[in-house]
Amino acid sequence: MRLIKSFSALVLCVICASEALAQITIEITQGMDDPTPIAVVPFAGIKPKSDDNIRNIVSNDLQMSGFFHSIPTADMLAFPSSEQDIYYRDWRLLGAAYIVIGRVYQDGELYALDYQLFDVLAQRKVFQKVTKGRAEAIRDIAHAASDQIYEAITNIRGIFSTKMLYVEDMNVEGPTRYRLVKADIDGARPEILFKSSEPLMSPAWSPSMNQVAYVSFETSRPAIFRHDLVSGVREQLTNFRGLNGAPAWSPDGSKLAFVLSKDGNPELYTLDLATKKLTRVTHNRAIDTEPNWSPDGKSLIFTSNRGGSPQIYQIGLASGRVERLTFDGDYNARGRVSPDGRSIVMVHRESGVFHIAWQDIASGRMRVLTETWLDESPTIAPNGAMLLYATQYNNQGVLAAVSMDAGLKFRLPSKKGDVREPAWSPFVN
Amino acid sequence: MVKSFKTAMTAATLAALVACSSNQEAEDTSDADAAAAAEAAAAEAAAAAEAAEKQKCASAASVFYFDFDQSLLTANSRAALLVQAECLKKYTSSVRLEGHADERGSREYNMALGERRANAVRDFLVLNGVAAADIETVSYGEERPAKTGSNEASWAANRRVELK
Repeated sequence: MRLIKSFSALVLCVICASEALAQITIEITQGMDDPTPIAVVPFAGIKPKSDDNIRNIVSNDLQMSGFFHSIPTADMLAFPSSEQDIYYRDWRLLGAAYIVIGRVYQDGELYALDYQLFDVLAQRKVFQKVTKGRAEAIRDIAHAASDQIYEAITNIRGIFSTKMLYVEDMNVEGPTRYRLVKADIDGARPEILFKSSEPLMSPAWSPSMNQVAYVSFETSRPAIFRHDLVSGVREQLTNFRGLNGAPAWSPDGSKLAFVLSKDGNPELYTLDLATKKLTRVTHNRAIDTEPNWSPDGKSLIFTSNRGGSPQIYQIGLASGRVERLTFDGDYNARGRVSPDGRSIVMVHRESGVFHIAWQDIASGRMRVLTETWLDESPTIAPNGAMLLYATQYNNQGVLAAVSMDAGLKFRLPSKKGDVREPAWSPFVN
Repeated sequence: MVKSFKTAMTAATLAALVACSSNQEAEDTSDADAAAAAEAAAAEAAAAAEAAEKQKCASAASVFYFDFDQSLLTANSRAALLVQAECLKKYTSSVRLEGHADERGSREYNMALGERRANAVRDFLVLNGVAAADIETVSYGEERPAKTGSNEASWAANRRVELK
């Protein structure tokens, strides 16, 4: 794998040398091992009345992506805020491949960030953009800038403006024990959407991000709820005997797939949210659960133990044809399809330990991505470059992240309680 | 639990005392009195027997354990469930079976596993005469562990069905 990576980097380098210095795709393949140094210069202009420092958020975002090393401000010789103040030689000596400068100003009720990205080696401006927002949306301004910078350099859409859902267990009995939380993908601005004395499970985003679905035990049995994030209105969608779980929104937002055991056995169903028409998808005496839609909405992957151990299968919604996707190991569960539909990630047991694994669907080639233990609940970023998952650290449930080539690994510790079941949002439009 | 045991003991002791005293007084009293006393004694004895049986029911195992990724009942569980089946038929109108899994593996698959386990207990009870309509099963998957900690002892304690 490492050989292949070096080789492709070499090939790309030859191309870049013959074309221009800033062939953006090169930094991606190399960047994982050797992050691209970028200098985010402190922004000039006014300081918004906020605890958040726009420059530091942008710097953290880029650093967190793993593709970049953000040069500390203490190492910078100058803080230019216009193009003519940039001395490329100084920045080259500092090792910076890119430099970001900017100015913050007030535009009526809004704050605006006017920022520019420069390629130090090519000594040219890559772009100049303006992003605006209200005082309470300072972080949105910063994340929007990070997304633009990241995409301009890597050619991959940035995910810094995306959100996540997760479940928090405070481990203290009472009405606020279990919480469904929505937060920025960097963990900032956590907002409790719902709390309960009974377990909450399996949060899922609607494609529009206006709604979430999840499982709540508030009726003393598991039931699937739909929660409108704009109005705050909650609707109980299912109330069948047995399992009511694992909700997953179809890519067009019209249907919800989930598992019910009302007919005596866990089976997959789809619910048309407009007509409330319920359609049974699987027919098998084994456990069928954890549906996830293919990006074209034409099939579901799911977990089934019909072959004797839990494995990932795929079923065509029109044909009903079932195909087994995983063959490595005796425990593969909770698959998630990548945004390009070409690969899946899953919970995989190896030598009795549960890790997150990636598999190319066409070739069946599998790769274990994580080294932590008790890993579960993988959720893929909408740009397909990373995934979040739940694991344990110091006897506490925490979230962690890993890039799809396993080159990058992060942990997102929490101060108290167990954090689990992350759900990465779609792109924010 | 302790309290019901004491109650049972007291009832048994009282029954014995009544039986004893009625024997002594039998010679001096009429037949009718003797019959009444014997009847009372029999009633007391029956109450004592029932108390003892209730005690047996109260002390019967109500948590049943399983192997990893399994929903087969162990021999111990079957023996305990036979007692529970008799008790449920006599004394209980409805019962709730809560199925659980250990923390390993995926959460929704563990929900299915918890349900399988609760169903295994339900099926055994139904086979032994408990009305299916009186049994509610619910799975909590790995969401409500009995014992915290990521080790074999905790995992074994958490793979269970609780009869409530």
